[in-house]
Amino acid sequence: MSAVREPPERWRDIELEVNGERCALRVPEREHLADALRHRLGLTGTHLGCEHGVCGACTVRVDGDAVRSCLMLAVQAEGCRVETIEGASARDAVVQALQAAFVERNALQCGYCTPGFVLAAAELLGECAAPSREAIRVALSGNLCRCTGYQAIVDAVEQAARRLSNSEPPR
Amino acid sequence: MSEPAAPEVAARAAAIGEALPRGDAARLAAGAGRFVDDAAPEHALHAAFLRSPVAHARIRRLDLGPARSMPGVVAVFDGEALAAHCRPMCGVLGHLAGMKAAPQWPLARDRVRHVGEPVVLVLARRRAQAEDAAQAIEFEWEPLPVLAEPEAALAPGVAPLHEALGDNTMFEATVATPGVESAFAGAGAVVERRWETARVTAVALEPRGIVAQWDRHEGRLRVRMGTQVPWMMQAVLADVLGIEWDRVSVVAADTGGSFGSKIHGYADEAAVAVAARLCGHPVRFIADRLESFVSDVHARGHRATVRAAVHADGRLAAFAVDDLCAAGPWSVHPRGSVNESRHVLGLTGACYSVPEYQARIRVAMTNLGLYGQYRGVGHPLACLFTETAVDSLARRLQVDPLAWRLDNLLDDAGPWPRRAPAGATFERLSLRASLRECARLMDYPALREDQRRWRESGDPWRLRGIGLACFVENSNHSSANYGRGGAAIASDDGALVRLTQGGGVACAVGLTDTGQGTRTALAQIAADAVGVPVAAIQMTVGDTDHTPVSGGNWGSRGIGIAGEALWRAGCLLRSRLLEAAGALFGREAAALDLRAGAVVDSSGAALCTLAELARAIYLRPDRFPAGVLPEPAASAHFAQRDLDGVYTNGASASRVEVDLRTGQVRLLGHWIVDDCGTVINPLLADEQLRGAAVQGIGQALFEGCLYGSQGELRNATLADYLVPMAVEMPDIVVGHVGSPTGTSRLGAKGVAEAGVTGAIAAVVNAIDDALAPLGVEMDVLPVTPERILRAAGVLDAEAGSLPGRVRSRQNADDAR
Ligand code: FES
Ligand code: FES
Repeated sequence: MSAVREPPERWRDIELEVNGERCALRVPEREHLADALRHRLGLTGTHLGCEHGVCGACTVRVDGDAVRSCLMLAVQAEGCRVETIEGASARDAVVQALQAAFVERNALQCGYCTPGFVLAAAELLGECAAPSREAIRVALSGNLCRCTGYQAIVDAVEQAARRLSNSEPPR
Repeated sequence: MSEPAAPEVAARAAAIGEALPRGDAARLAAGAGRFVDDAAPEHALHAAFLRSPVAHARIRRLDLGPARSMPGVVAVFDGEALAAHCRPMCGVLGHLAGMKAAPQWPLARDRVRHVGEPVVLVLARRRAQAEDAAQAIEFEWEPLPVLAEPEAALAPGVAPLHEALGDNTMFEATVATPGVESAFAGAGAVVERRWETARVTAVALEPRGIVAQWDRHEGRLRVRMGTQVPWMMQAVLADVLGIEWDRVSVVAADTGGSFGSKIHGYADEAAVAVAARLCGHPVRFIADRLESFVSDVHARGHRATVRAAVHADGRLAAFAVDDLCAAGPWSVHPRGSVNESRHVLGLTGACYSVPEYQARIRVAMTNLGLYGQYRGVGHPLACLFTETAVDSLARRLQVDPLAWRLDNLLDDAGPWPRRAPAGATFERLSLRASLRECARLMDYPALREDQRRWRESGDPWRLRGIGLACFVENSNHSSANYGRGGAAIASDDGALVRLTQGGGVACAVGLTDTGQGTRTALAQIAADAVGVPVAAIQMTVGDTDHTPVSGGNWGSRGIGIAGEALWRAGCLLRSRLLEAAGALFGREAAALDLRAGAVVDSSGAALCTLAELARAIYLRPDRFPAGVLPEPAASAHFAQRDLDGVYTNGASASRVEVDLRTGQVRLLGHWIVDDCGTVINPLLADEQLRGAAVQGIGQALFEGCLYGSQGELRNATLADYLVPMAVEMPDIVVGHVGSPTGTSRLGAKGVAEAGVTGAIAAVVNAIDDALAPLGVEMDVLPVTPERILRAAGVLDAEAGSLPGRVRSRQNADDAR
């Protein structure tokens, strides 16, 4: 096996909005958004489970849509509005309701998958206020949880949906 | 409380048995977890490995020069460079006669023996730079013959993977009762099942990771890692570095799942520890998913033949199993790679009253990846082998599999304790009660009736089946597994509890929390033992500097062993605090109690809160009578000494629909009834059971490491290695039957593995039951659509037509 020399790393300056704050970053062009958020901005709630687009642990919002930050280069987020679990937890009532329900129903064990599930579930509730259990399972099937049996997650999303549509406050 | 509990616990239970949410869950849900990579020092160097791309080769040339000159690179080590500064690991258990393994160095020296074996370690400022440099290394090798099959590895005359060991047998053992041959010879009926089960791997969502730093002022290695076993890792890493155990500190970070994959001394992690000492910088290594697949342990790859015999009257006469396991080239240190097989030997048929028994196990060293423990270890295989043979028997005898089991399972009424033919001792089991409860939860008669009607008039392409599986599962282990074999894995766990200045209770326990909710369950135990609300408990876990020694979380031992130590320490603290309160108020301590954080007298009237008592003790010792110096702290330890372990038991059931057009299996229902003794928190216990069941269902239907003939793993990505996702899984019904163990005061037995143990067999039995009209049984895991279609004869049949017996029924229907 002989060495294949990569061309030297190229860097770029980008500007984007992260969790409501404008920020300027200098990043290697090949760095994915998840690494940039984690290592350059310290937003470690975005997790990496596969870096392959399969597990959903790296889910963040870009211009309001849930996306896999391992499949997007940081430079592609130039000019975008990025929201991570840290920002959503602080400001988004749907996310907060989901988090409360996840805690109550024990819908997390190690918690590594949870930020991704919460953001994916929030997107579902944005599209459908009262999804069936089946619809919840389908909507969350791009997210891997290796610890729970998924059932508690489905329970939690159902419960959050009920609370939100009744405007019932979390216990 | 409605959950089962030991009498001493039931008398005090306020928190125990309650479905309390976890105190640390909100932090995790907000993304504020502190997983390994999240809290590494910013200036820590990043590690990346050059791993072997081939399964077996001699290293001919390694040129590190090109890597050293790459941007950001700080150091590059090969096997020889590290070997001069460390000692190898060796996964041999001394109490297993004849077990063999070779010393394993942190980086390969002279030969590589599996794909993914670490060869060179690169340290650089950023991970990308370290990976670039690893790719620039010039590595030339000379291929050697690859042993990718266990039979080939054990064939006479085959060159050993490790010359000094003489051959490729890592371990073999047999047991046989004297009358087993004649029992088979004179049997009324004999069934045989052959099984080939694919290797699977844990796929903890957070990959393995370690941050290691050498503190040169103190001469101490400080490690933060995702691990189930900080104390074991202390000993493992210290031995690799050749320093005293006490000079390694290990803190278990928040850990994103483990399931047995994070209880081993991995070569790459050992290399990071040695390199951190040599380079003086903190070093972080986070495995990526691709390297996880080729460097984490795999498990459950067996080939077995199981036979069961019955007398002419249908009673069980004998069981026999012949099992061959393909381990990797190294026996993982310090647990070894042979424990699955030992459970197969010990527990096949063990749920039943088996008069005669025979077992042979063999573990081969091969050029496949590392092999070790995964949730349930060998128990799910023993259960699969046993319970599929039992269903074959029931079909042969044309009896209902539920009824046959209820007649032949060990009788709950005893006598107890009881020894299984291969030596395991069961303290007390509730197999029949568990199965009856499972049958009640699923409404077994109604499902059978549904199946009968479906077979008559349902869609003939979609076959419905019901599968049952009974299981036993060892938990709360003694030192019999590891300590006695020389492995530095504690069997004795301690707990420290102390009254805080503010009137709370601070506890330190050496377990870890890799997702089980350990902290919460422990807090519930401590709260009831002392007599305070759960909110008053502060819990420190998983830190060798700040907690007592612990064996850690594996083998469903955490709550049963460390929880018991904590219960004892908490009770001791309570009596010490009551003595202090008695002295303070001039009352008889024996007439006082601590309830909900207040000292009360026998009428229930409160004398003071714990906060007031704490102030008196710490700020106003002068208020106590002369000579009285309260002791507001306690410690207790516990180890399992009565038995080699406490067996839990239970029953699982699955209901499936098999579509013969596609081979797809749809799960219509899954049930688990488990006897874990005292239930500390049903909310946590139930989802542990469900999560484990989903892993078992995954192994039954989807998961498998696909190896090529050259020992290359062909599906080493999460896109290719299929794990269960939400849409494929059913809701799972959980029930409990409670027989608290008498070996401890808490009465808790293990719960974390029970869900997986019966799941695989239950799913397979349900598929076989669905396919029964075709007269076929599955024999390979995972049961993929293709395997179902081939077994059913559909893939070979003309398009659009149904195979054999199904077709004849349809023709009969058409004629009607
Ligand atoms: S890390 Fe992005 S999908 Fe898995
Ligand atoms: S809670 Fe561990 S992966 Fe979901």
